[in-house]
Amino acid sequence: MTRFRALALLPLMAVLSGCNLVVMSPSGDVASQQANLITISTLLMLLIIIPVMVLTVLFAWRYRQSNSTADYDPDWDHSTQLELVIWAAPLLIIICLGALTWMATHLLDPYRPLDRIAAGRPVPADAKMLDVNVVALDWKWLFIYPEYGIATVNEVAAPVDRPIRFNITSSTVMNSFYIPALAGQIYAMAGMETKLHAVINEPGSYKGFSANYSGAGFSHMRFTFHGLAADGFDKWVADIKAGGGKLDRDGYLQLERPSENEPVRRYGAVDSGLFKAIVGMCVEPGKMCMHDMMAIDAKGGLGLAGIDNVMPLMHDKLSRRGTAVLGPAPVFVAGICSTEELTGRAVESSLGVLNAPADESPISGAGLPRSSITPISAPAPVFGPRLTANP
Amino acid sequence: MIDTSTVATHPLFGRLTLESFPYHEPIVVATFVAVVLGGIALVAALSYFRLWGYLWKEWFTTVDHKRIGIMYMVLGLIMLLRGFADAIMMRLQQAIAFGGSEGYLNAHHYDQIFTAHGVIMIFFVAMPFVTGLMNYVVPLQIGARDVSFPFLNNFSFWMTVGGAVLIMVSLFVGEFARTGWLAYPPLSNIAYSPETGVDYYIWALQIAGVGTTLSGINLICTIVKMRAPGMTMMKMPVFTWTSLCTNVLIVASFPILTATLVLLSLDRYVGTNFFTNDLGGSPMMYVNLIWIWGHPEVYILILPVFGIFSEVTSTFSGKKLFGYTSMVYATVVITILSYLVWLHHFFTMGSGASVNSFFGITTMIISIPTGAKIFNWLFTMYRGRIRFELPMMWTVAFMLTFVVGGMTGVLLAVPPADFVLHNSLFLIAHFHNVIIGGVLFGLFAGIYYWWPKAFGFRLDPFWGKVSFWCWVVGFWVAFMPLYVLGLMGVTRRLRVFEDPSLQIWFQIAAVGAVLIAAGIGAFLLQIAVSVWKRRELVDRTGDPWDGRTLEWATSSPPPDYNFAFTPMIHDNDAWWDMKKRGYKRPLGGYKAIHMPSNSGTGVILAGISVVLGFALVWYIWWLAAVSFVALLAAAIHHTFNYHRDFHIPADVVVRTENERTRLLSGQV
Repeated sequence: MTRFRALALLPLMAVLSGCNLVVMSPSGDVASQQANLITISTLLMLLIIIPVMVLTVLFAWRYRQSNSTADYDPDWDHSTQLELVIWAAPLLIIICLGALTWMATHLLDPYRPLDRIAAGRPVPADAKMLDVNVVALDWKWLFIYPEYGIATVNEVAAPVDRPIRFNITSSTVMNSFYIPALAGQIYAMAGMETKLHAVINEPGSYKGFSANYSGAGFSHMRFTFHGLAADGFDKWVADIKAGGGKLDRDGYLQLERPSENEPVRRYGAVDSGLFKAIVGMCVEPGKMCMHDMMAIDAKGGLGLAGIDNVMPLMHDKLSRRGTAVLGPAPVFVAGICSTEELTGRAVESSLGVLNAPADESPISGAGLPRSSITPISAPAPVFGPRLTANP
Repeated sequence: MIDTSTVATHPLFGRLTLESFPYHEPIVVATFVAVVLGGIALVAALSYFRLWGYLWKEWFTTVDHKRIGIMYMVLGLIMLLRGFADAIMMRLQQAIAFGGSEGYLNAHHYDQIFTAHGVIMIFFVAMPFVTGLMNYVVPLQIGARDVSFPFLNNFSFWMTVGGAVLIMVSLFVGEFARTGWLAYPPLSNIAYSPETGVDYYIWALQIAGVGTTLSGINLICTIVKMRAPGMTMMKMPVFTWTSLCTNVLIVASFPILTATLVLLSLDRYVGTNFFTNDLGGSPMMYVNLIWIWGHPEVYILILPVFGIFSEVTSTFSGKKLFGYTSMVYATVVITILSYLVWLHHFFTMGSGASVNSFFGITTMIISIPTGAKIFNWLFTMYRGRIRFELPMMWTVAFMLTFVVGGMTGVLLAVPPADFVLHNSLFLIAHFHNVIIGGVLFGLFAGIYYWWPKAFGFRLDPFWGKVSFWCWVVGFWVAFMPLYVLGLMGVTRRLRVFEDPSLQIWFQIAAVGAVLIAAGIGAFLLQIAVSVWKRRELVDRTGDPWDGRTLEWATSSPPPDYNFAFTPMIHDNDAWWDMKKRGYKRPLGGYKAIHMPSNSGTGVILAGISVVLGFALVWYIWWLAAVSFVALLAAAIHHTFNYHRDFHIPADVVVRTENERTRLLSGQV
């Protein structure tokens, strides 16, 4: 009988051995710790689940109606000791699990920089964190390496054992950035930046995808994550640089349009202010960045002028692409640059990348004299005092 | 999707055009033809047998809580078939869409199906089933003649039907939402979903939500104010207790859903910026709000079912429920805690570690009272005499299945574990494990338990067992592979797959879905067979299971007035106590009984609401205005209806009770 049972189990075993439980045997240290936590928590809970299941079957069998030898005690409905046990047993398990949860949640907080690259291997003092900016687009992934000034689509790589920090945002709807072999996921949301710290320990190619439904092209929103040896990674970067191509704001606005099944793309250069502009939702010319708006609001806002000043703030309205809204054409303040942005531009223009400003009309905002407000009617193309990025 | 110009609306038809009808989608057209043919056959049969008048007078306009309860169950069953059709289409698509194959559903169709599946199963299957059972059983269990507000009860039911009708309309006119069942913005906002789908979603839920909220208020009042003399709070049957807690949850949480959907509709219709990406909107606010409703909603479904299991375990073990007091406190604790856990649905949205741990730990704490409940059922069985009738079989299956779902649930409450399991098929397996293995198994236990009370005959056990085994085995076969797939890193709502090693698991899951389909088929067959053999399965005593609570004290089916004399309560298991003390049914001294009158206003108001919803979905502003005015007019007109009640004459009561006396003494 047992032999037959073993035979019957064979196909199941075959199937199980053929599958790759990547969540339980990942290749990155963060994901490994998360997998361990799953195992420990499950074992802890089995301490109570298994007895319950066994008792259920046992009682159901023993106290069946046809078994007249079993005790029957129709009025027994209370026992203080027993009730203490049935409340205390789950409580004890949850106290253990709760303590474990508190520690693990803080240790594995995706915002927390790593302090080890694997069990027993603390992060070396000279290790430099690799920043990767991630943008979820409809329906592909854009990766920008600020340190190397390169960008890729649907492909991302990192050197083995080097701590990585992903800075994640989205251009439109919510997505979730997830590479199961590397680390847990975190949402990508427009106008916001989330962070994920991780490290890959074994070289290889791993799957990454969006783990939050985002519309028609969601199923194809996949990318490959390459864990490369240090020299392999340098070569990968050098190849991309040699490949040329630049991702500027216009190129981004093209790329951002919805598309499915995008092939891998590589850009040897990238506009250095692009990621910040994406997070601020101000890649399009004439849009005010979120952080500028918040800075103005923090100082009391633009007063009555602000009421008419919504055009540069409109990001995903029906009128977003220049379709006029109903009623009279709005009048608005053209735009405001941040100091950082200006210095960033100044550096680029000193390298000869940039032309002169297209419009030198005076800047406006809180604390500035009213006379400096320059009303301009939409939908005329407006660049305001913002410096244009195009040569 | 982003390039949306201002929507053109026709003054007469709004944005409804010929293109709105999905005549180019063969699956929808075939369904439409089948529905039309079925509809014609039904209308013809009803007309041929002259049943319209009967249905209108005895059922549609009824204010009797028992008939309204049964109508809720019928609604739930019909919508279960629709929701399950969606499920099987998804399983088939995922089982074949491999190796470059796009399957048989395009994204436009598939994305509507998984959204509709979730919305229908929660709002229009589980909710009507739960509300139906509470409606039917609670007044009987507390010795009342009806609910506190009988007309409101009828109105609530028809508003729920109204929401269901609007969802069914979306199948054939326009489209349903393609956003997932909770319609997260920005995807559900006008910029990314400019079509009608999300509007159907909003108005269907708003209309049904009116019904749910009012029915919650109604049942709270009933339980608080209408209990038979002697039934103190701590002598209420456990099902009544869990119903009370559930309705408190409904009343406290559904207004949040209503408000959230109002804000979303303002964004979509008026151009406000509550949940937009720009102009200060916050999509995360929506996610918070919807789950502040959404998590209590889960307990709204499971608590009454816990009550059912308590009644069933105690009855079929022939024993008092073990630990009544701790059962009640466990229920109350779960009710309160269910408001403190909502964030566990989005640990991965970037909250800090302390916030995540707080919500993770509160979630785990809920498992303590839940665990205590399981132990209480276990020790109710201990030293009992367990009769394995169908309700008890479902209960044991529940206990073995639900603990697994509970375990994976606690696992998902550990934030770092959730970071790898969130939105994966592991999560899908988990909540189906608790909703099918918990809510649905419990509903079946309840249906089999109370069916003889409602109709006076039992359900055929043979087909019931076939259905039971198909369901239980089907469930395990369909959802265990999803746990495995979740650990393989497969996320939810995918339409096509690349990795061929996943396919076998989806195929196994599809086999499970087919088994469940057989279970549903056997259940329907069982009802048909039982109606056919109702004379063999008849129960004349009104107490076929040797029951313990008051509903078994009256006849099956109970008379319109439930109890000729309001019973006096001395013990938790009131009927068991009465039997033990040699209760004699009074045979004389009957008086006329004051009862509420039927009213058609509920049907009319709900009908107008559907028209209003349809007009708003399609921007048919004139129709929206007209139907809104009509809605107000009909409601005001109803306030001038002075024929609200009548008396059942004493001689009718005498005749009814004498008939029961004759049945009980076996002179048939």
